[in-house]
Amino acid sequence: MSLTELWIILGCAVVTLLSRVLPFVFVKQLQMPEWLLSFLTFVPITIMTALTCQGLFIAHPGHLATVNWENLWAAIPATLAGILTKSLLAVVVVGIAAMACLRYFSI
Amino acid sequence: MDASLTFRSGIKDVLPTVFGYIGVGLAFGIVAHTSHLGLWMVAGLSFIVYAGSAQFIITSMLLAQDPITSIILSTFLVNSRMILMSTSLAQYFRHESLTRNILLGALVTDETFALAMNKQNQTAGKLSFAWQSAANLIAYLVWGVATLVGAYLGGLIKNPEQFGFDFALTAMFIGLVYLQLISDRKLGVRLQLLVMAFVALIYYFALGVISENMALLVATAAGCLFGMEMKKCR
Repeated sequence: MSLTELWIILGCAVVTLLSRVLPFVFVKQLQMPEWLLSFLTFVPITIMTALTCQGLFIAHPGHLATVNWENLWAAIPATLAGILTKSLLAVVVVGIAAMACLRYFSI
Repeated sequence: MDASLTFRSGIKDVLPTVFGYIGVGLAFGIVAHTSHLGLWMVAGLSFIVYAGSAQFIITSMLLAQDPITSIILSTFLVNSRMILMSTSLAQYFRHESLTRNILLGALVTDETFALAMNKQNQTAGKLSFAWQSAANLIAYLVWGVATLVGAYLGGLIKNPEQFGFDFALTAMFIGLVYLQLISDRKLGVRLQLLVMAFVALIYYFALGVISENMALLVATAAGCLFGMEMKKCR
């Protein structure tokens, strides 16, 4: 490992750790205002939706994004598995299997 | 997923997400291998930085020989959503000691955060240090080991995509967001669906003008503000 790589690891580790840990320290010490608590109740659903969308759209900088059709097709059986079983494991396994099938039959 | 908050149930609850970590971890290892990163660098990125998608960005910026400062700044921007997630998650651990809060915060990820939010829907809004630590530690170890295995085997696996493992991450978030939707009784299904549609719309249009990670942040923050307004209207 070169010296440059060492600095990158240290620098990136520090900024990442601070982003993760400082909020815990502040929340522990300070009383949060009501509006912030209300804002935060929406963080789980919004961030999970955005992360899901990340897998379903393809970015084209400067142009409108397009749909990742392959992922969208595989998402359908995965979502159905979730509705039927309410099990995270089932969603993941069905999703992977559906994607493998799509690729195997080159759909 | 039941209401138990022991270390053991934490291990059980985190297992489904392990597929996502293995899939993406192997992929990262393979990318790192083809980008000529050594095993020590991969280990350093996974075990010391521990930053998921940011690791891909660090790798490509290293390959492009970008300056150290811009690599660090990009990492901060990509991970700034951690600030939102940690602030949210920390609400459940205010009664714990500062040391325990720091330990929990150090290993928060998209996945363990989402899992914890699903969990507290089953436990009337409670989480425990033992449960969260189990989820955090398993995620951390599986990620690190998967990336190293990927880097080690990098040359051997010619076409890892044919097994569909790259879809594990998206599938996992589909599962997590669906479980969140049906079990968050504080917000209700209708309001959440409305917020989800809004976030998807903002994300789609933002993607045309800013980077994926910035679009993620903008859509999340806009979605929270939109949700607050909609809740007031009801």
